Amino acid sequence: MADRALVVVRAGLLTTVQDRGRPGHAHLGVPRSGALDAPAAALVNRLVGNPPEAAVLETTLNGCALRPRSTVTVAVGGAPGTVTVDGRPAPWGAPVRVPGGALLEVGPARAGVRGYVGIAGGVAVEPVLGSRSTDLLSGLGPPPLADGAVLPLGVPAGPHAHVDTVAQPGPPDELVLRVTLGPRADWFTQDALRTLVTRAYRVSAASNRIGLRTEGPALERARAGELPSEGMVLGAVQVPPDGRPVVFLADHPTTGGYPVIAVVRTADLAAAAQAAPGTPVRFTAVSRR
Amino acid sequence: MRVLSVGDEALLVELSSGDEAQALHAELLRRRACGELNAREVVPAARTVLLDGVAEPARLAARIAEWDIPPVATRAEKPVEIPVRYDGPDLQEVAAAWGVSRQEVARIHAAAEFRVAFCGFAPGFGYLTGLPDRYHVPRRATPRTAVPAGSVALAGPYTGVYPRSSPGGWQLIGTTDAVLWDHARVPAALLTPGVSVRFVPVGS
Repeated sequence: MADRALVVVRAGLLTTVQDRGRPGHAHLGVPRSGALDAPAAALVNRLVGNPPEAAVLETTLNGCALRPRSTVTVAVGGAPGTVTVDGRPAPWGAPVRVPGGALLEVGPARAGVRGYVGIAGGVAVEPVLGSRSTDLLSGLGPPPLADGAVLPLGVPAGPHAHVDTVAQPGPPDELVLRVTLGPRADWFTQDALRTLVTRAYRVSAASNRIGLRTEGPALERARAGELPSEGMVLGAVQVPPDGRPVVFLADHPTTGGYPVIAVVRTADLAAAAQAAPGTPVRFTAVSRR
Repeated sequence: MRVLSVGDEALLVELSSGDEAQALHAELLRRRACGELNAREVVPAARTVLLDGVAEPARLAARIAEWDIPPVATRAEKPVEIPVRYDGPDLQEVAAAWGVSRQEVARIHAAAEFRVAFCGFAPGFGYLTGLPDRYHVPRRATPRTAVPAGSVALAGPYTGVYPRSSPGGWQLIGTTDAVLWDHARVPAALLTPGVSVRFVPVGS
């Protein structure tokens, strides 16, 4: 039988195994985790013929390099960048055949932050609570990739997609996040509510898989005191004591004690995952559906 | 009771006390088990219960407001017993705050009937209520950078047990060998919301 495994030649800044995460365990203090740009992860799975729940690799800013031990089909998506096999250019956003022993290199992101590498059969590390995702907050799931690590691969489910290439997303000049106010909007002044949805913020370099941190005008509280710990949702815009909103991403804590001024629409979080530090952010208020 | 909307598919139900939140949580689980409630997550906390992954939150909000919620009942099943050596580095400080001896701290703590109000902070970390008000102690002024796994700790109205080594600001009164988190076990957490707990002193 072929040795279905990948050798990590260059792990990159932060490359993790991700699937659709482990929702349903928040009451035990388990974050949902999962790919930050879920549509991009789903697309690379589709390109290589995987079911949507297969585990992919999520890279951060500078890609990674991998050497499969036997021939595999891969697809690279998410943040656009250069793809090569043994130094020869290969398409981005399309199925690519990588011979056993060849070197697949995913270059730095030309735009965006998170790249996705789908591999036929999926990354077959041991699941934890039904998911193979690395959770950087709680430490569940496999550790982030390290140079020299070997990842087991699953058996391909079916034929890969017959497409030439998919459109590359343009770099987001501005990240627009639609929010519905609440549940703790009443902890803030009217001025703060206006500031949130009218003033410009920027993505902070301190952002990670737990939260998109922002720089910009501080939001002033109308109430002092501490909020007893309460359940937090994906996309919650939490305001810590420094007044700069933090948008909770996949590895967010399940409970928190800072008030949530608003919640970002889930559909906008993929763009948030791709917004590089310094990108302007605008929050726009929308009514609840 | 106040039902707050959270985004497009969640509700945060706010109650006036922790006991009421625990009662609502029990009622929500009962209704979910018999198919009357559809929610991906039911997350109790200090004074709230979050319902996430709800198809029609506005409709559910209206229904919840009409429910008659029975007070939380003492569970029929045996409490989870956690063996503890009362040997924590903050035991003396807690004894001083309570105005009792170290031995008396162990006796008082082990005599209380606890209940897991909610989980959070780390997988398997339960916030246990049940210690009488007069024994509540503040967090440490300076948190420790590493609290050992198995530390039994106090903060405010809560007792907790660190499932693994992590930073923490709670007052450490003891140590247990109980496995708080094991993801090969179902459920992975020893302490799940609603469960009754007793601490059993063992010789150090």
